[in-house]
Amino acid sequence: MTKIKISIDGKQVQVEKGQTILDAAKKINVRIPTLCYHEDLCVAGNCRVCVVEVEGSRALQASCAIPAQNGMSIRTNSPTVRNARKDIIAMLVSEHNTQCTTCYRSTNCELQTLSAEYNIDNNRYLSILKPNTTKDTSSWSIEKDDSKCVRCQRCVRTCAELQHVNALTVSHKGKDMKISTFHDLPMKDVVCTNCGQCVNRCPTGALTERRYFDEVWEAIGDPNKHVVMNTAPSVRVALGEMLGYPVGTRVTGKMVTAMRRLGVDSVLDTDFSADLTIMEEGTELLSRLKKVLVEKDDTVKLPMITSCSPGWVKFCEHLFPDHLGHLSSCKSPQQMFGALTKTYYADKKGIDPKDIVSVAIMPCAAKKFEANRREMNDSGFQDIDAGLTTRELGHMIKQAGLNFLELEDSAYDSIMGESTGAGVIFGATGGVMEAALRTAYELVTGKEVPFENMNIKPVRGMEGIREATIKIEGALPQWSFLEGVDLRVAVAHGLINARIIMEQIAAGESPYHFIEIMACPGGCIGGGGQPIPTNETIRKQRVAAIYEEDMSMPVRKSHANPEIVKVYEEFLKEPLSHVSHNLLHTTYRKRQHY
Amino acid sequence: MISKKLKRVDIIFECNGCEPTEVVKKAMKKSPDEIIAAVIESGLRGRGGAGFPTGMKWKFAKEEKSDIKYVICNADEGEPGTFKDREILDVVPNKVLSGMAICAYAIGAKEGFIYLRGEYNFLLKKLQTIIDAFNNSMSKIGLDFAIEIRSGSGAYVCGEETALFESMEGRRGEPRNKPPFPTQAGYNGKPTIINNVETLVYATMIFRLGVKEFKDLGTTDSRGSKVFSISGDTPKAGIHELELGLNLAEFVEEFGDGDTKAVQVGGASGHCVPRKLFKDTIIGFEGIPTGGSMMIFNSTRSMFNILNDYLEFFAEESCGQCTPCRVGTQQLIKGIRAVKQGDMPSEYLDQLMKLTETMQIASKCGLGQSVANSFSSIVTNFREEMIY
Repeated sequence: MTKIKISIDGKQVQVEKGQTILDAAKKINVRIPTLCYHEDLCVAGNCRVCVVEVEGSRALQASCAIPAQNGMSIRTNSPTVRNARKDIIAMLVSEHNTQCTTCYRSTNCELQTLSAEYNIDNNRYLSILKPNTTKDTSSWSIEKDDSKCVRCQRCVRTCAELQHVNALTVSHKGKDMKISTFHDLPMKDVVCTNCGQCVNRCPTGALTERRYFDEVWEAIGDPNKHVVMNTAPSVRVALGEMLGYPVGTRVTGKMVTAMRRLGVDSVLDTDFSADLTIMEEGTELLSRLKKVLVEKDDTVKLPMITSCSPGWVKFCEHLFPDHLGHLSSCKSPQQMFGALTKTYYADKKGIDPKDIVSVAIMPCAAKKFEANRREMNDSGFQDIDAGLTTRELGHMIKQAGLNFLELEDSAYDSIMGESTGAGVIFGATGGVMEAALRTAYELVTGKEVPFENMNIKPVRGMEGIREATIKIEGALPQWSFLEGVDLRVAVAHGLINARIIMEQIAAGESPYHFIEIMACPGGCIGGGGQPIPTNETIRKQRVAAIYEEDMSMPVRKSHANPEIVKVYEEFLKEPLSHVSHNLLHTTYRKRQHY
Repeated sequence: MISKKLKRVDIIFECNGCEPTEVVKKAMKKSPDEIIAAVIESGLRGRGGAGFPTGMKWKFAKEEKSDIKYVICNADEGEPGTFKDREILDVVPNKVLSGMAICAYAIGAKEGFIYLRGEYNFLLKKLQTIIDAFNNSMSKIGLDFAIEIRSGSGAYVCGEETALFESMEGRRGEPRNKPPFPTQAGYNGKPTIINNVETLVYATMIFRLGVKEFKDLGTTDSRGSKVFSISGDTPKAGIHELELGLNLAEFVEEFGDGDTKAVQVGGASGHCVPRKLFKDTIIGFEGIPTGGSMMIFNSTRSMFNILNDYLEFFAEESCGQCTPCRVGTQQLIKGIRAVKQGDMPSEYLDQLMKLTETMQIASKCGLGQSVANSFSSIVTNFREEMIY
């Protein structure tokens, strides 16, 4: 690699060829402010906040976009730069809805931070905020408020590059340029998968998740309601970031205590239903394998693909509607949980299901949409009443005035509060696959998966698509047709990778038996409902915390979860039973693709 | 600075060179390096407005190692007040094509494109017939080069070279970050020469008439002649080819209506020169350059309205991606109107002047950077017309 030497504010720094001025500045701890720049995305260079002076050049240069070149002499804080930067921030403020006090992103808004740092004087420029900008609240998951948009196009790049969905695009030009949808249709009517990755990357309050915490507070305050909250695996490794802990801290015990202190009647664990998903989905996989390999039933599709990620499911419904047969019929853990809460749980606790309000705390924006899918009422009621993001829970804890750092740890309530390491790793890309293999392999062979500590390393990691082959050896008699079979699996995260997998399937060239797909980069730990910011470094730290949590669990296989054993004994009978089929499985439908 | 006497020239439309094959054949007797050396020697600079030395551009593209290179003729003539490329393409299209072919031979390109302004679609049919014949004749003389037309859709910003590439590639016409420059990575990421219509014609003529003939015209900084699009309060509106380096006072004497108050040199993105500065102004790269637009205003015109119109144009035609240009243009409109109506003090104009400085140094492309030209020249010279 060729080394490039440049000088920044009089300090010498050496970088690799191709690295930008911004990269070089970071290396010597010079922080150049940015706005449209995001580590996960391609460089746009359009907000111009990061401009610097390059000696010999009349115009300032966007440091995020300009590669360092030998001998460059850069000034990041000269009067010219400071004036221009202040002007640029003031311009952004002048087209912005500055009602910060009532904004959900207040105190976590990048424009607000810049404006405060540069002490932007409200009187510098006249407001050019467009009057009568209406907020799009049509979607169950995402709200779009153009009056807060700074046109950085992070959302557009996210939707295009990371997700390959292109629900959000730029329309019009000049003064009318805005972030829009196909023909300006409401968010609910476009190809949006509700993954919320745009929300997570929006620097301001232009894109936010639709909030439901006020309804939840109301339910908590209602003595006639029994509020059940369940928390997804990845919430426990990210929530702390909002409440004073460093990235990658596991806060499971404190989180449970906090929720109890909010006044929730029962704090339960979605990990339980993750384990349940494994039981159902693992069995479904084996049954599909049997139908295809033994019975030669060509109506049954392989590879089977996981269906835990509602963003991914909706993506498939929009863009690959002819291949929905590959999706596992299993509901996601959230929806399985909801269906059981208002049946099994209600029955065991002797509570009328109509008085139960089931709230799911999720790393996800798409879970809100999923909770409101019209078919999700197999319990006879809406299975999940509200899906909240990790961020909303963080807000509720702040609103309740709890000093999170000082809370004691406590354990989940019972029933449906017990979980395993297998349930926990659902939170990271590759986790569902690993959990499924831990159970399926043992089901078939009677032995644990042949990996040290059951850690199936080949399916872990951050590569967009990973694949692994596991040879089945020593199959029990009823699974003898699998003896010697190389089970081929793949894991994909980020919808751009989902598309690659699906195109392979559509072309009839998919070599796999089983595929895990998660809509969000990194899986749920990088979900659209997770604390902002999220980037690659943060995702890696959250993943590490997930695997730590797994290792810390006494039980690490879904089928060994005592409450799972019990729910089958007492209620469901067996995986894919009639009851399971009614409550835990679902169907999919074709959706338009624009 | 010494200006030249106003002198009419007839190179561009001189029809002797209309047989395109001959001049390409003649040029091909030289090596690519000799061709580039000749263009450098001629002093030819881009006629689109920015004035980058054409020979140097070709040299950069030739030095790039790539199997695929492109030559693009920028016919997205969109600058308000400019209409010379339209005339050139209508009257002497073959000279444009041979200019592209000579360039292609020099840099090693096999494909060429004419990016034709959407509003010039009426030229399409005729142009296509001429191009078909030209492509044919190129294969006959053994030059592996063919030209296609790409039609624009009417956005001003697509005349910016990198926005033009984006448009050609099927995306929104938004300028790219530079570097990389077009000669390094242009259309489809390949080394690309993009020249204005008129530049390509001069390239042809340099090889037809000889370097000396061209170089003898104009001044040290501005060699040759230039086609001007003259409009406004003039009895002689139209296309006129003049030697570069001329004095604006003489220009006004020739083309004005006797009551000229100001001349907008270089279109909306150019400079407005008031009467008192006519005799000190040279039209050329050492003075005020122009892509050809010369708009003449007499004393009946309101400079406020003129500026307001320009700004509305920019606020509409900015691609909208970068802050200084998108917001700056809107601020300027709102600002001058507020001052004019007495809602803001006249000192606010100074604040706006500072804003145009920021736009000039911080905008992503030439569009936002050049708004300052007309704004500051009009506000400075006609301040009394701006205030309440």
